[in-house]
Amino acid sequence: MIGVMAELKERKKEFKTTVDGIVVDRVYTADEIPENEIDASPPGEYPFTRNIMPAGYRTRLWTMRQYAGFATVEETNKRYKYLYKQGQTGFSVAFHLPTQMGYDSDHPLALPEVGRVGVAIDSLQDMEDLWDGIPLGEVSTSMTINATAPIILAMYIAAAEKQGVAQNQLMGTVQNDLLKEYVARNTYIFAPEPSMRLTTDICGYCAQNMPKWNSISISGYHMREAGATAVQEAAFTLSNGIAYVQAMVDRGMDVDSFAPRFSFFFAAFTNLFEEVAKFRALRRIWARIMKERFNAQNERSMMLKFHVQTGGCTLAEQQPLNNVVRVALQALAAVLGSCQSLHTNSYDEAMALPSEEAVQLALRTQQIIAYESGVADTVDPMGGSYYVEWLTKRIEEGIQKYIATIDGMGGALEAIKRGYMQREIRRSAYNHQKAVDSGEQVMVGVNKYTSDEPPGLELLEIDEGVAQKQIERLKRLRSRRDNDKISQILDRVRQVAGSQENVMPVLIEAVKAYATVGEISDALRDVFGEYKEPSVL
Amino acid sequence: MVDKKIRVLIAKPGLDGHDRGAIAVAQGLRDAGMEVIYLGLRLTPEQIAEAAIQEDVDVIGLGCLSGGHLPLFSKTIDSFRKKSNKDVIFIGGGIIPKKDIPALKEIGITGTFGPGTTINQIASFIKAELKKGNDDNQD
Repeated sequence: MIGVMAELKERKKEFKTTVDGIVVDRVYTADEIPENEIDASPPGEYPFTRNIMPAGYRTRLWTMRQYAGFATVEETNKRYKYLYKQGQTGFSVAFHLPTQMGYDSDHPLALPEVGRVGVAIDSLQDMEDLWDGIPLGEVSTSMTINATAPIILAMYIAAAEKQGVAQNQLMGTVQNDLLKEYVARNTYIFAPEPSMRLTTDICGYCAQNMPKWNSISISGYHMREAGATAVQEAAFTLSNGIAYVQAMVDRGMDVDSFAPRFSFFFAAFTNLFEEVAKFRALRRIWARIMKERFNAQNERSMMLKFHVQTGGCTLAEQQPLNNVVRVALQALAAVLGSCQSLHTNSYDEAMALPSEEAVQLALRTQQIIAYESGVADTVDPMGGSYYVEWLTKRIEEGIQKYIATIDGMGGALEAIKRGYMQREIRRSAYNHQKAVDSGEQVMVGVNKYTSDEPPGLELLEIDEGVAQKQIERLKRLRSRRDNDKISQILDRVRQVAGSQENVMPVLIEAVKAYATVGEISDALRDVFGEYKEPSVL
Repeated sequence: MVDKKIRVLIAKPGLDGHDRGAIAVAQGLRDAGMEVIYLGLRLTPEQIAEAAIQEDVDVIGLGCLSGGHLPLFSKTIDSFRKKSNKDVIFIGGGIIPKKDIPALKEIGITGTFGPGTTINQIASFIKAELKKGNDDNQD
């Protein structure tokens, strides 16, 4: 019988989880993954492979948190209220590129970009208006902001204060992860050393003043989108995490004073089993790192909490409704992997920011999984599957190998300066491109089962008048405020930035005086200079 | 007679930092036998035009994912044309709504390559366009 089976002709010579992924065998049994290699520790117990909490989603579902923002604060405020009405349970702010890069909307470099990929925030006035009618003491807000995170966090704190909400009540996250910017996302302003200082300033400030706030979201998503494999995504993120923890410890902070509020951000691509296994491996590796390498005593320091976004680069422009299916599978993987928070992409996002109809369906995808599929009703339902346990072990080994290599180089910062992570990712990205181009990696509707169809979608368009509106707002702001105070406060920003003092208090003062993102960033540029990464091609 | 290698400049104007596509195209065109200068990110239209002139390229490939392609590509082409009358081919890529392609053609972007494009398509397009240009010049 076995002899006959061995002669079955399979569709491919080799099956892998993804291009450059893990080779998958025909079937998995107890032989491939003996019981003593399975970590069957209960959920909520170290090393948390199955879940960081004992009851998982039975107590509380993941936060449904859709990344959103475009044009001016009025449009974005409207979209936020819409999303909340449709059932999302957390906010996630997308800022336009000028805000991310430390330019005001009227800067020549900013003009072609105003309001296009996120909301235009130039000043505290904008931040206050963004949350008009939204009680900051009652919601959780994640802000995707990195180089200018200290300024934007200061604005959020100040805006909340205006609403009568103390900063120790604020719930949410700032991404604040510069290492991945150098590797994959490229919205950095300053060089790695000053960036680390600003990042750890935020983490230190939050540890002392904002107990409900996650001071960093150590991200793999962007590296995965840049072409990293699942193993690379996980390994490079944890290496970056190690660097951040070390940097905080080097500042003299006790690991348990800040690590419970470190969070992470990963992608969920379409190979469901690989993603689930990846999340399980990530949890146990991070737990061990925190306990063994950093001697954490508080279990909360060892718990890997993470947000997931479904894989943007898996979406196609061709036959866009196929994307609904992709996102559903990816969201399912994230939930089976026990994520704390989830953003589902909209089916039109290969072409534009989401329309209302499309983002509604993206939310419904999460809600259907939550309420109709049963997967949220028991913890880690895939635990014990031969394949998933085997894959968890394989991915764990791959991650550990990379971490050891990066440790050998002297850590993440050194690896990044040498271009190591970038080169690994670039190679995987190119292999993926070649595989899709050749058809070896099928993309349904793109290189197989294609069709001639007219694009029928009504895409979201950013009004070309947005830049002008922002310029007017800036003019009015500058004419209303005390400009002498501005120049004094910017001097103090420079002085603090040049010292060892934490920048957050002076930045909060600066934003309250209505100094703008561009003005404050320029003050920081005066001290730190700008970083131009050498082109690696 | 040995054919001179086709020289291509790939660059991203504006503030967008997503370079996966631009890098893949640069690598792919190199593998297809072209000489590729990858200029990088966050460049002004003037910087791109200046480099293209200095490098004496035949093709300029611009990428933009933020939606700013019309103003950014148009400024780059204008900047180039102010200082050079070399007959270069401009191509564009990124997240570009189909409805913008006619406008792009009008400002001088001969070919637009969005999601789902293969490297081969771009390489073939470049070769065909350059051949057209050469044939025209021989009339």
